[in-house]
Amino acid sequence: MSVLVLMEDGGPSRQTLTLARKFGEPRSVRIDAILPFAPDALATALAQAADELDASAVFAAGTERGNEVMARLAARMDLPFAANCIAAAPGDPVEVTRLRWGGSLLEEARLHSPRPLITVAPHTVAADDGSVPPEVDLHHPHDRDLTVRVSDHVEPSSAGVSLAAAKVIVSGGRGVGSKEGFAIIEELAALLGAAVGCSRAVTSAGWRPHTDQVGQTGTKVAPEVYIACGISGATQHMAGLKGAKRIVAINSDPQAPLMLNADYTVTGDLKEIVPAISAEIRKRR
Amino acid sequence: MRIAACIKRVPITGGRILLTDDARAINTQHLGFTISPHEECGVEEAVRLIEANKGDSVVLTLGPSEAVEQLRDAMALGIDRAIHLQTDGQEWDAEATAGALLEAIRADESANGPFDIIFFGNESADSGGFQVGIRVAYGLGRPCVTGLKKVTLEGSQVRCEQQVEGGRDVYVVPLPAVLTVKEGLNLPRYPSVPGKMRARSKPVAVVTPSRPAPRLELVKLAVPAGQGRRAESLGSGAAAAQAVVEMLQKAGVL
Repeated sequence: MSVLVLMEDGGPSRQTLTLARKFGEPRSVRIDAILPFAPDALATALAQAADELDASAVFAAGTERGNEVMARLAARMDLPFAANCIAAAPGDPVEVTRLRWGGSLLEEARLHSPRPLITVAPHTVAADDGSVPPEVDLHHPHDRDLTVRVSDHVEPSSAGVSLAAAKVIVSGGRGVGSKEGFAIIEELAALLGAAVGCSRAVTSAGWRPHTDQVGQTGTKVAPEVYIACGISGATQHMAGLKGAKRIVAINSDPQAPLMLNADYTVTGDLKEIVPAISAEIRKRR
Repeated sequence: MRIAACIKRVPITGGRILLTDDARAINTQHLGFTISPHEECGVEEAVRLIEANKGDSVVLTLGPSEAVEQLRDAMALGIDRAIHLQTDGQEWDAEATAGALLEAIRADESANGPFDIIFFGNESADSGGFQVGIRVAYGLGRPCVTGLKKVTLEGSQVRCEQQVEGGRDVYVVPLPAVLTVKEGLNLPRYPSVPGKMRARSKPVAVVTPSRPAPRLELVKLAVPAGQGRRAESLGSGAAAAQAVVEMLQKAGVL
């Protein structure tokens, strides 16, 4: 029995293979098989390949593009689709465990489908170290599948340290109090060569641009140290912090969820504590 | 111009998620509700497009009777009218949700003409299925672009910017189209008091679709085990600065 896997470069696709092998012998279609990226054409190619192979299931990594192409395949083939799974057991029905709320909740579900369509949530499953599955030959895309395709690329405009790649992040929440209040956050970030982050409450209030937001609907970060100042720690925010190595929480409320989920805490007024940390760093230079 | 925005009512989960006794839903007894964040930006974009181009804007949701609150919230921001696909509170899977929305959209279009743009969130905050908008687009036979952070009308086409690693990819597709958007597309306005007043008298059409057996069937929910962090106090107030700096040095970032 064959299983079809949409492959990208990098870890998430190797992790996807780990679950896919339970469903059969993997064959692959590369996500860059059709360039520029044209998701409808890829979905059509996957559907044809799945039919020709009589594939028992189709898998992709739960990346933005993996989920997008798989949803189009599901719509095209009129099949259900389980996104961001962390476990899947073959059978009728297929039993899956998938992420909800950006990983703050797990869902056990049954997938009733003649051909299960499953994406695997990145960094939740061990990577497969077997051979790369052989590629399937694809048909030429039809013009009608090329209406939606990438026609241009715009480079990021923001200078400074990128949030997703930052080693240190100094982040502020509602407790910072105002747009101007971020001056002390920026000062500490500059001393540490860190990126400035914030919570959703801050972007909703218009104090910082959305590009600074850490969380489920913002950027998911993986720094060595994350310093959270005046952030309560709603699940929306915590969903962006799963990759952080060390979390330091500064908050006046010792019972704030982030204070209970941090590695280090400082209790008190961030307007005194943050400048004091900056001063201490300067003193030691 | 006609624009639709599809939204979902979701709980504001706060710091810790509690489940119901049967573990099939979140215990929302003490929670407020909101429009799922990406979709709130779809509503705002719909309002801006109609302010600029005139026409008709409609908000749709599939959800329990209480979801009328979120429809009123969208109308308080400036949407003209609402269609409520009312459920008995049971969970609908993404495939069934898309099927019911498709039917409601077709019915409205056969009476009033096609929507130029139908907005969806890229994925809902709660179930995160990544598929309802795409399924509706396929059902209507319209182009669909996903994960958008910028939308610009260019005559009979729409230019779309999708956030990707290292910048943004651009798509230009003809109207009518289905667009799924992400938070950051715009900064949704706060509803004004007159806006809220007007929303009370705006029309809400109610339909009651029947729920098909889900093919992605929820069995139960679980709160994942914590990451095992055990907070070490570095002290309180400004006096803790020294301990913080020492910790940063130990972590090798200073």
